[in-house]
Order: sequence, then structure tokens, then C-alpha cells
Amino acid sequence: MKAEDIPLIRKIIRRNKRLEVLFAVAGFLALLVGVLTFVALFAQMAVAGWERISPDFFTNFPSRRAGQAGILSAWVGSLLVMLVTAVSAVPLGVAAGIYLEEYAPKNLFTDIIEINVTNLAGVPSIVYGLLALGVFVYTFGFGQSILSAGLTLGLLILPVVIVATRESIRSIPLHIREAAYGLGATRWQVTRDHIVPYSLPGIMTGVIIGMSRAIGETAPIITIGALTFIAFLPESPIGPEFPWVNFEWLKSGFTVMPIQMFNWTSRPEEAFQQNAAAAGFILVLMTLAMNAVSIWIRYHVRKDIKW
Amino acid sequence: MVSVATMRMSEQAAADTAAQAGAASGEARNPNSSDMAARNAGGVPVKASVENFSFYYGDFKALKSISMPVHEKRVTALIGPSGCGKSTLLRTFNRMHDLYPGNRYEGTIRLHPDNTNLLDPAVDPIEVRMRIGMVFQKPNPFPKSIYENVAYGLRIRGERNRSVIDDSVREALRGAALWSEVEHRLHDPATALSGGQQQRLCIARCLATQPEVLLFDEPTSALDPIATASIEELIHELRDKVTILIVTHNMQQAARVSDYTAYMYLGELMEFGETNQIFVNPRRKETEDYITGRFG
Repeated sequence: MKAEDIPLIRKIIRRNKRLEVLFAVAGFLALLVGVLTFVALFAQMAVAGWERISPDFFTNFPSRRAGQAGILSAWVGSLLVMLVTAVSAVPLGVAAGIYLEEYAPKNLFTDIIEINVTNLAGVPSIVYGLLALGVFVYTFGFGQSILSAGLTLGLLILPVVIVATRESIRSIPLHIREAAYGLGATRWQVTRDHIVPYSLPGIMTGVIIGMSRAIGETAPIITIGALTFIAFLPESPIGPEFPWVNFEWLKSGFTVMPIQMFNWTSRPEEAFQQNAAAAGFILVLMTLAMNAVSIWIRYHVRKDIKW
Repeated sequence: MVSVATMRMSEQAAADTAAQAGAASGEARNPNSSDMAARNAGGVPVKASVENFSFYYGDFKALKSISMPVHEKRVTALIGPSGCGKSTLLRTFNRMHDLYPGNRYEGTIRLHPDNTNLLDPAVDPIEVRMRIGMVFQKPNPFPKSIYENVAYGLRIRGERNRSVIDDSVREALRGAALWSEVEHRLHDPATALSGGQQQRLCIARCLATQPEVLLFDEPTSALDPIATASIEELIHELRDKVTILIVTHNMQQAARVSDYTAYMYLGELMEFGETNQIFVNPRRKETEDYITGRFG
């Protein structure tokens, strides 16, 4: 390069950099659209519902008088339904994911299963609701209960858990597996001692993401017939005498947070809209809290696992 | 001392008998077996014998009818240019290829003195791996504590006695020349160790279960020169305790650490012999070209 070329080079660099800035600005604006929309919605709900948020709001049943109505039955219902969802979806999803990744032979049949599992994640949730209405509510006779709702949402997030499990297992390097097999471990020993522990943070993150999707689901829960106005709590899962647990609560009628919100938004009175906003605010906080837990797991459990 | 000597002798006698049994069972078609018996007569017992071994990745024949002995309590180096099949041969010794579909073995690898054919489909690969340990190219400690890494081999063998495990872990770490560096932090994560330490940990992990043969797959290729020197020194020390098979890219390394060398090229065993002879006086032109750096 000759000395007189230098100004020309500098001009080219300046032009190239202008394009760079242009993209950065466009990308930033695109990001803002998503973030601002969420922040605006969240802020609006917070402002509209702020007056209603008090300890009473959490400990009161729904009421005909907006001022006395609370979300007790809704948040307890959501919690119990989530419990059933987790207990049903996690073992099934993790076992299925491990089987597909570690045990299943790679052939056409497992390829078809794989495609199906991925597709299941995209099935509209109302379809799960209809399926559950037929299978859990009527065929199995579970009724319009917490058990039915929990299992329905469990089915809904099953593909998410399976996919998360597989992704997480796949990120374990081959040489770690070979080290374990090389010592004479059986497939089950490798799975139990290495595959599961090392993929656990990823699996848990996937489970929580699935759960935070499930907690906001309304359509399938309405389909199986959740009540919209209940002024009682299911029986406590912890009993007074041995074995200190009881399962009566599984058969109980219930409502959940999004249904309570939906019920309130359909009322004509302005005061109920406030309640709905407050309940929405709490629901979003619940979801954010779950995501925070998953982030915490990623940072604190994964730091011990590196290759 | 007397008992050790007696044991050595009886092992040798057993291996001799085994080799004779092999020769007797109609192996006239295998010209190499007499060759092997001759070497055997030279005094060093044979721990394993590879006989007419071929290996296929799907339809690709990666190893072509290889026959060679692996001498007991000696270091045998496998050398050759990239893609010559030396790692493939090494990984056959503990049936690593069984983990992946589409691989096929032909021929036999007999482990003496019991004459087990490692490649027999009836022989469980897990049994083979319990007898033959492997150290990999890249140090691959488990993301667990130093202690748990070394104890793992014992745990999968069902050992639960705490003091037995403690003793074995200490012995294995001593054997791998790592004990003094880690004795006060056995419960720290293994991944916090340096690369060379991690590789010695992987060696200790194998030693803990007292394998009959130890396989090294280019164990120093990911290490710096100082760590490499310490691993080589370690291999030299281990020579008295265990039969060693090592794949290396580094000709000087083969010359430094091994007693026997096999030169492989394009899936064939070109030449096998004592390291001295291979490096000083190779029988084949190809071997000479490779070791003198004219090719490869």
C-alpha cells in the first residue's frame, strides 16, 4: 500500500462503520418494542391494581363486593395444580428424555417419535384441554378436580421437559461419557452417576420454563371445567395424623389465578377491573419469580459443572 | 521378594502354555504366531496377542489383518501418521467402539493368561473395560471432587467400605505421582487442577482398580512440555506394575518411553519390534522414512 492510499482506506472504514451503527440502532429499536410493551403492560396493571394489593387481598375469597374480594382460592389453587403438574411431568419427561438420548436405538421409529415430541410442544393448549376433558374428567372419572387440571398441564409441558432434558444431556461432552464407560460402568451407572447429575441444572431450567408457561394457561383449565367463583379451600395436603399427608385435595374443585382474572374482567363494575389488574400483577410476579429461580440455578449450580 | 519372583515365573509359565495352546490349535495359517512364540521364548511374557485383527467403520476397513504381541509389564508404542488407525487399534482393546453403531471387529485379541478373546461377542465389553483401563487424549476428569474421580472405579465395582476406598484412592494418587500435590484438597473439584495434574488424575482413576493393561491415547498431546515430561516419567515408573500400550504422534516420545514399537500405516502394521531396533535399524524402508521425518 502506498502512503497516498491511506486517506482512501480511512474513508472506506468510515463508510463501513456507518452501516454498523445503522444496524445497532435498528436492532436496539427492535429490542425496545418487546421490552417496552411488556414494561408498559406490567406498569399499567401495577398502577391500576395497586390500591387493591394488601395482605387481605391474599387472604380473602372472591366476593360479590369488589372491595372485599381476594385471590385466596386462586393462588392456593394455582399452587396445588402446579404441584400436580410438576410431580407428573418431571419424572415422565426426564425419563423419556434420558431414554431417547441414551438408550433408544437410532432408527426410523425413534426419528418419528422425536419429530412428534417436538411437534407436541406446538399443539394449541385448548386441544390438551379437550383431550383431558375426555380422558381425565370422564374416562378416568377424576372429575373437574385439581388432579385433572394438574395432569392436563403436566401433559402440556411434557414436551418442553423432554426437549430440555435431551438438550441438556447432549451438552455433556463425549469424552466424559467415554471416561465413565472406560472404567467399566454400565449404561445405567453412567446415566445415574454422570448423565443425570450433570444435566440436572439444564433439566431444572427447562422444567421451570415449562411451569411458568403452565401457570398462566387458561384455556385448557376452563375446558375441563374449573370453577370461576369458589369460596372454599381444598383440604390441606398435610393431615393431622399419620401419615400426615392426605390426598383428598386432589379431588377438590378449584380455581386458578388466570381464571380468577378472567372472571373479574368479564364483570361490568369498574372496581372488579382493579381486582383483575391486581391479580394480573401478582401472576406476572409469580412467573418472574420462577424465571429468577431458573436463572439462579443456572448460575449457581452450573458453575460446579465444567469440563 | 521370593513370592513375587515365584509369581512372575508362574505367570510366565501360564503365558507360555497359552501361547503353545494357541499355536497348537491349528494356527499354521497364521505365519505370525510362530514369530510371536519366538519372541516369547526371548524371555518377556506376552500379555495380549492381536491375531489377524481387522476393523470396519461401516464399510470402511480401517485396520487390515493386524497381528502383534503386547508384552507384559513393558511399554508398547503405536506410531504412524494421522489416520493410520493406531487410535482405532488402541480403542479396540477396551471395546470403546461398541459404544457407537456400525463398527465391526474381525479376528481376535487374546488376553493372557486366561486366553479370553476380548473381541468375542459373548465377552461383555464391561468385563473387558474392568480389566483394561484407558487414559484419553484430552484430560477428562468428571466434574466431581478429586477423591470421587479416583474412587469411581471402585464404586461401580460395588465397593462400599470407606477405609478400603480411602486406601485405594491414596495408593492410586501416589502411583500417579499426584498425592503430594492434592493430599490436602481431595474434596476440591477436579476441574480446578492444571491440565497435567488432570491427566495424572485420570491415570490415578485407572490405577485405583489395578487394571492388567493400561491404554494411553496420545496422553500428552494437550499438555505443555513440563506436564508432558512428568507424564512420561510416570509411564516409565508404571512400567514395572502394568502392561502399557501407548499411541503417540511424537516419535521422540515413543523412543523415550517404549520398549516395543509398532509402526502403522494406512491401517496396516508395517513393522513391529523392539524400540531400539525400530529406531536404530528399521527393517523396512517405509519405517525408516517415517521415523527420520522424511514422510508423515
